Amino acid sequence: MNRGRAFGRAVFALVWKDLLAELRSLEVISAMLVFALTVILVFNFALELTPRLRAELSSGVLWVSLAFSGTLGLNRSLGQEKDRGCLDGLLLAPVDRLAIFFGKALANWLFMLLCLVILLPVLSVLYDPRLLQAGVWGVALLGSLGYVVVGTLLASMAVQARTRDVLLPILLFPVLLPALVASVKASSGFLLGLPGNEISPWLIVLIVYDLIFLALALFVFDTILEE
Amino acid sequence: MRKPFGLKILDGVTLLAFAVAVALVFFYAPLEAQMGAVQKVFYFHVAAGWTGMLGFVVAAVTSALYLITRNPRWDGFSVSGVEIGLVFMLINIVSGSIWAYPTWNTWWTWDVRLTTATIMELIYLAYGLLRQGVDDPERRRRFAAVYALLGFVSVPITFVSIRLFNSIHPVVIGAGGEMPTMAFTPAMQVAFFGSLIAFSFIFVDLFWHRLLLANWAERVDALKARFEDVEGGMK
Repeated sequence: MNRGRAFGRAVFALVWKDLLAELRSLEVISAMLVFALTVILVFNFALELTPRLRAELSSGVLWVSLAFSGTLGLNRSLGQEKDRGCLDGLLLAPVDRLAIFFGKALANWLFMLLCLVILLPVLSVLYDPRLLQAGVWGVALLGSLGYVVVGTLLASMAVQARTRDVLLPILLFPVLLPALVASVKASSGFLLGLPGNEISPWLIVLIVYDLIFLALALFVFDTILEE
Repeated sequence: MRKPFGLKILDGVTLLAFAVAVALVFFYAPLEAQMGAVQKVFYFHVAAGWTGMLGFVVAAVTSALYLITRNPRWDGFSVSGVEIGLVFMLINIVSGSIWAYPTWNTWWTWDVRLTTATIMELIYLAYGLLRQGVDDPERRRRFAAVYALLGFVSVPITFVSIRLFNSIHPVVIGAGGEMPTMAFTPAMQVAFFGSLIAFSFIFVDLFWHRLLLANWAERVDALKARFEDVEGGMK
């Protein structure tokens, strides 16, 4: 009971620290947002989208821009811990290693959701007004959860490597693909108004993906931060 | 530092097994009625896929063993598994493509099996890049083991993909239900299992070679470190 409370407090403290730092610098979210918007623009021109095509491709554009900009946020979030020697400080703190993982993952998830809160309305204006519906938000919640779990895990390895910035997307995207595909399929299912039994398999894939990688993260995160 | 005698014998046996398998495929197994000669690709295609998957399974198991025991030996097993797996999965994908052109009328289609196999290949390529990017050997072993475990999720997905989703890829092992399956004559089965056995021998043989290489690389590193120490001591 007491350990559980201490764990919760450590996680909360970490999230609070990240939020406060972000509030003062706006480094992560602004970079993610600007990049995501750029990707959206690039898609528009590269694919020469007609209005009909634009509506059909919008869920793909949403997830690709989110996935790309997410790597910026992850690299920044874990990179600043490494650069300024904060990681060593965190490791010296008398808290469970897993609390560090959950704190960082939770903070990253919050950043991602904040991005989504701005990105989705923008995308609904530029691409498809149907994007603003509960189903799409639900998919966004599940998909971004899987993203930050795997992303935080891999980014904490990547920032300790020599080839850090190059490494994260290479490590992340192939592992992420099942979640990405499921998110695109599920949200475009909602956009097209498909019946529930055609969307639910993809939602199940997403939930299973989230659970598998959460479980794996619990097992291996200790070994990543070992010194 | 000589090649072990057992390995020399295994080299010979492997070569023989492969020759027998090739003979079975080309001279013993009959021509398939619909697909003709190109169906013979299939014997090597499946065997290469089997060997590739085996490499990845070995890598995942030994990665877990490394994380538990921290014995560097297991890391050597892991790299060997991944490297051999990569080569054979590439053979698998390319040979599949050669078969697909006359059969499906295209070199490539974004079918689930083809897609999941490609993703798997990409994951293990990333594994190699991760190893290259980390300098400290102990950390490299740790990170590689973690990534091999995460990436292993792609292996069962690739294996069951054609059974879970609508796929045009034939199911070979077990009943396929309504999926496209392959009908074998007994002679085809002999060639099929002969090829599987031959590729299994190739796997073990290559694995042994690769392990020896890993050991020697480690020795060279240790000698270099000692040499640098001596040199540093003289200054």
